[in-house]
Amino acid sequence: MTLHELQQACAALRDEAPARIAAADSLDAWHELRNTLLGRKSGRLTELMALLPQLAKEERREAGAAVNALKQTLEAAFDARKGELEATASRGPTLDLTMPSRASWRGAVHPVSLVIDEIGDIFRELGFTVALGPEAESPWYNFTALNFPDNHPAMDMHDTLYLKDGGVLRTHTSPVQVRTLQSYAPPVRILAPGNVYRRDFFDATHAPAFAQLEGLAIDEGITFADLKATLAHFARAFYGQRTPTRLVPSYFPFTEPSGQMEVFFDVGDGRGARWIEIMGCGLVHPAVLESAGLDSERYSGWAFGMGPARIAMSRFSITDIRLFYDSDVRFLEQFA
Amino acid sequence: MLISHEWLRGFVPHALSPDALRALITAHVATVDGMERLRADLATIVVARVVRAGRHPNSDHLWVTKVDDGSGTLLDVVCGAPNVTEGALYPFARVGTVMPTGNKGGILIERRKIRGEVSNGMLCSAKELGLGEDHDGILALDVDAAPGTPFLEAVPVGDVCYDIDVLANRPDLLSHYGMAREVAALQGLTVGDPRDVFDVDQATGAVRFGDGVRGRVPSAGGRAVHDMARAASGGATVQLDDADGCPRYMGVVIRGVTVAPSPEWLVRRLAALGLRSISNVVDVTNYMLHGYGQPMHAFDLARLAQQTVVVRRARPGETLVTLDGVARALDERMTVIADAERAVAVAGVMGGKESEVSASTTDVFLEVAYFTPRNVRVTRRALGLSTDASYRFERGIDPAIAPHALSIAAQLITLVAGGAVEGQAIDVGRAPEPRARVAITPRRVERLLGAAVGSDEIQRLLSSVGFTVTSRGDSAETLDVTVPSWRHDVSRDADLVEEVARLRGYDALPDVVLPFRPGTVPDHPLHVAGQRVRDALVGMGLFEVRPLPFVAGNDDTHARVENPLAEDEPHLRLSILETLARRAEYNLSRMQGNVRLFEVGSVFAPRPGQLPVEKVRVGLLVMGARRPAHFTDTSKELFDAWDAKALGERVAELAYPGMRISLEAGDGAPVLWRISANGGEVGTIEKIALDKPVWASDAFGVEITLGRLPSAAVAAPGSHDYSAGVAGRAPAKGHVTYRPLPTTPPAEFDLALLVPDGVSAAQVEQLLRKSGGELLERVELFDEFRGAGVQEGHRSVAWRLTFRDATRTLRDKEVDGRRQKILRTLETELGVRARSA
Repeated sequence: MTLHELQQACAALRDEAPARIAAADSLDAWHELRNTLLGRKSGRLTELMALLPQLAKEERREAGAAVNALKQTLEAAFDARKGELEATASRGPTLDLTMPSRASWRGAVHPVSLVIDEIGDIFRELGFTVALGPEAESPWYNFTALNFPDNHPAMDMHDTLYLKDGGVLRTHTSPVQVRTLQSYAPPVRILAPGNVYRRDFFDATHAPAFAQLEGLAIDEGITFADLKATLAHFARAFYGQRTPTRLVPSYFPFTEPSGQMEVFFDVGDGRGARWIEIMGCGLVHPAVLESAGLDSERYSGWAFGMGPARIAMSRFSITDIRLFYDSDVRFLEQFA
Repeated sequence: MLISHEWLRGFVPHALSPDALRALITAHVATVDGMERLRADLATIVVARVVRAGRHPNSDHLWVTKVDDGSGTLLDVVCGAPNVTEGALYPFARVGTVMPTGNKGGILIERRKIRGEVSNGMLCSAKELGLGEDHDGILALDVDAAPGTPFLEAVPVGDVCYDIDVLANRPDLLSHYGMAREVAALQGLTVGDPRDVFDVDQATGAVRFGDGVRGRVPSAGGRAVHDMARAASGGATVQLDDADGCPRYMGVVIRGVTVAPSPEWLVRRLAALGLRSISNVVDVTNYMLHGYGQPMHAFDLARLAQQTVVVRRARPGETLVTLDGVARALDERMTVIADAERAVAVAGVMGGKESEVSASTTDVFLEVAYFTPRNVRVTRRALGLSTDASYRFERGIDPAIAPHALSIAAQLITLVAGGAVEGQAIDVGRAPEPRARVAITPRRVERLLGAAVGSDEIQRLLSSVGFTVTSRGDSAETLDVTVPSWRHDVSRDADLVEEVARLRGYDALPDVVLPFRPGTVPDHPLHVAGQRVRDALVGMGLFEVRPLPFVAGNDDTHARVENPLAEDEPHLRLSILETLARRAEYNLSRMQGNVRLFEVGSVFAPRPGQLPVEKVRVGLLVMGARRPAHFTDTSKELFDAWDAKALGERVAELAYPGMRISLEAGDGAPVLWRISANGGEVGTIEKIALDKPVWASDAFGVEITLGRLPSAAVAAPGSHDYSAGVAGRAPAKGHVTYRPLPTTPPAEFDLALLVPDGVSAAQVEQLLRKSGGELLERVELFDEFRGAGVQEGHRSVAWRLTFRDATRTLRDKEVDGRRQKILRTLETELGVRARSA
C-alpha cells in the first residue's frame, strides 16, 4: 500500500459516501451504513486506518491527517442525516390529523338555570345571597302575609293549585320574603329562585309551573328611588349598558308603590325593539313587614319578581315554552 | 280595557297626539298595551272643493267639475251625483288611490274618460267610504278645512282605540270618564262632573258640560223616592229582598220611547270599541257602561209582571234564558232581578231575553244598581258567564255614582229615543260608603320615595285626582286625606305615597343606587349543595332538566292536588326518578337512546292534615353509550351498573362533603345499592324500569336527598324568630388536611385469589385492610375471572396491594411476611386461597 493508493481509497470513499448516506431512509438503514463505513471493527474507514502503520514513517503523518479529515466529514454527514431521520420518525407514520377527537359527553345547565345564574351573578355583586322556601306552602305565607285581601281572585281554585291537606302550591316566590324576614334580622338582601305554580294549561307561552326569581332588600332608609336605580343598573348590566330602561306604575298586593321595570329591547320575534316588561317590583307593603313582626315605620325596602323562562325564551329564540319541560336531549345539548 | 281617543277627548279637551297620550297614560296610570288607528284606510282621502260644476255634454245625469284638491292645479273630474254644488267641500280620491273599505273597496282610481270627458279622480259618497249607507249623492262636508287637508284630520271618523292594561286595584279606570279624570289631572285640565247637566254634540259625540244647556232634556225625576226596602214611582215598584247581594238599587220609568237605530254619533262611539249597535235604548246603557263605568239595564216595562221589580236570591231550580239565548240554571247563591213572578235578569251579569227592550217597546224601566263584588264573582263563576258588567261589578264600581248615572242615562234615552220620565227616580237601600281617611306627612313621603315633595305639592297632586285634602297645620305638616268614593285601593299612607310618585312620574325620581349594609342571610345550604352537585354532573356530561313534578301516583302514598290540571297526573312526586323515567321515555319515543338527565328538585311526602314533607333531592338517569362513538373504538360501551355506582358515590360525596359515604347492596329490584352518609341512608342507586323499545339499552338512576325544606311556620303571624335562621345554617364543607408526599419507595405485590361464591369482594377487601397492617397504603381490585383454570363455584379476583413506610425502604422479607400473613388470614376466615397455590 502506497500513500497514493491510500489517498485514492480515501477519495473514493469521500465520493461515494454522501449518496449512500442520503439513501439511508430509516434509522435502521442509517445504523447499518454507519457500521459499514465507520464501524469500529470492520468499517471501511477503520480498515483504512489499520493500513497506516504500513506506510513509511514520513508519509504516515500526511496520510493520518487525510483519514482523520475524512472521518470527521463522514461523521458530520451521518449526524446530519440522523437528525433528519429522527425528525421524520417523531412526526410518526402517515397520521391524518384531521380525524375527529375522542370526545367525552358534554353536559349542560338548563337554559332557564343559565338565566337565573346570570341574574344571580349581577345581584351577588350588590350583596345579595340566595334564600329558598318550600313549594308546598301554607295559604298564610302565600296570600295572607303578603297582604292579599280575603277573596282575592288569585286565591280562587281556578288560578291556584290547592293540596288535599290544606296547603297550596305556591303561586309565586314571594312567601320566601316573609319566611326570611321572620328568620333573619335586617339588613336582609336576598334572591329567592324557585318553581311556582299556576292553574294555567300548557300552551306555547304558558305552563302550569315555571321558575321565578324574587329579590328582597330590607333595611332602614331604603327608598323607591334606590329600587329604581338598582333595578335599572341590573337591567343595563343584563341587557347592555346602552339599553333604555323605564319604571312605570303597576299593582301587586304586597308592594306599594308598585311598578314594572321595562327595557327597550328587540326580543328577536320580528316585531323590532319595543318596551318589554322584565319584572314587577315595588316598595314592600308595610303590611308585609308587619306580617314578619317588623316595625314598618323603622324599616323599609323593596322587592321584585321576574320570570327567567320568559327571558330565556327571548334570549335563546325559543318560541314554545314546552321545550323547557320536555327534556329532549337534542334541545338540552344545544346549551352545552 | 278599550278606550277611544275621541270619546276620551269628549270628556277632557286635551291637545295630545295619540302617541303622546299613550306615553302619558303608561308613565302615570297603567300600561297601554296596544293602539289601533281606526279607519286608517281613509288616510289617502283628502278634502277637495268643487270650484265649478257644469253639465256633461254627452249625458243628462253626469257633471263635469273643476276640483281644487290643494295641489295647485284644478282637476277635471266627472261626477254623477245629483247634489254636487259649486263651492262645497267633498271627500276626494285622487288618481292612484286604492279605495278604502266601502262598496268600492280595493278599486284603484285611474285617470280615464267617461263618455268622452277626462276624469282625474273621484268625489266620494258616504257609502263609498264605508261611512254609512247613503249613496244618493256625494258626502258634503260641513267642515272648516282647506282643500288638500287629509279627510281624517277634517272629519273625526278616524278614531284611535287604546288597549289599556288596567290594574286590578283600579276599577275606577274601567271607563272613559275614569280615564279622563286621570288625563285631566296630569294635564292640569278639569273634567266635567258627571252630576252636571250635559249636552251631546250631534256631530262629534262630544259631551259638553256646563250651564249653557241646562234643562234642555228632562231631568230624571228630580228627587228620588227613597226607602230601604220598597218604593214605587211612575207606575213601577221596586222591592229589595237581598240587601247583601245588592246594597242599593235605583230605577226610573221612561214612557213613550221609540226604539229605533241609534244616531250616528252613538253608533260611532260604540263602534270605536268594536261594539255593535243594537238599538237607541240599549246603546245608551252600553254607552253608560263604557262611558261612566256604571253597568245598566233597560227592561221593557210591559213585560215585567205587575210592573214590579224584586231583587232577591234565585230560587232552587229557577231558570232564566239570558240575552244570549242560553237557558241558565240558577241557584240560591245568585242574586236575581225578578218581576212579581220570575227572574228577569241575573244581577250584575246579564239580563233576560224575555224582558229585553225590543222594537215594540214603548215603556222602559231603567236600572242602576250597586251589586256586591263577591256575589257577582260567585255568580259569574257558577254560570261561566263573564260580561262587561260582571267584570266591573266584581272589581267594584263607584258606589256613589248611581243617581248621577241614572240621571244622565234617562236624559240620554229621552234625547235619542224620545219619551219622558214618569214620576220620580226610585232609590232603594244604601250603597256602602267606606270613605277612608288617611294621614300623611311630607317626611314620610320623602323617607319612602327618596325624594323630597313639599306639602303643597302633595296636596295639589292628591286633589287633582279627587282626594279631599286638609292640612292640620302642625309642625309635621300633616295632611288629612279623604279618599274619593271610587278609589277602593287606598287605605294607608303608603298608598298615598304611590299616588304622589306616579302622578309626578317615576321618571322624576333620582337615579342613584344607595350604599348598602351587608345582609345577615347566608346562602341557603341546599342552594350551595345543589349548585355543587349540578356543576359536577354537568362536567360529567349530564343535562340538567326542569320538568313538572306531577305524577300519576295514588292517594295512599302521594300528596294530592285538589284541583289538578290533568286528571291523569293529580299527585306530587315522591321521587325525582319517577319524573326522569318519564322524560327518558319521552326521549326514547323520539328515537334518542343516549339519555343522561339530572334534576335538583323537590319531592313531597304527604302528611294527613298538614303540608307535605318537602325534600330537595338530586336525581340522575343515564342510559345508552358511555362515550360518544369514536373511530378508534373496537366495541360500543354502554352505561352499566358500575357507572351508576360511581355516579352515586360521587354525588354523595359532593352532597355530604367530609362525611363517610358507604354503599350497601340492595335487592336489585330496583335498588342496586343504598347510599349512606355517616351511617344514615341518604339515597339509592337503581336500575330503572322503562317502557322502552327493543333497541334501547338499560337505564340506571341515582337519587340522593340534599336536605329538607321546612314548611312549618317560622314564627306566629306578625312576629319573628331570629334563632330559626341561625339553626338552619349548613355545616361548612370540611377542610382537607394535607398529607406529606412520600419520600420512600412503595413495595407492591398482586394477589390473585380464588373467591368462593357467596363471599363478596367487599368482605375480602375488608380483611385485606385488616390484615395488611398499618403500612398497607392502597388496595386496588383490578381483575375478575371465571372459567378455565378456576374451579367450579369460585371466581378469581385480583388485587394489587401497595405498602409503604414513610421513613424507610421496606425489605423484601418484611413484605413477603406480610403477604403470607394476609393469605393465612384469608384462608382461615373466608376460605379464600391464592390462585397459583
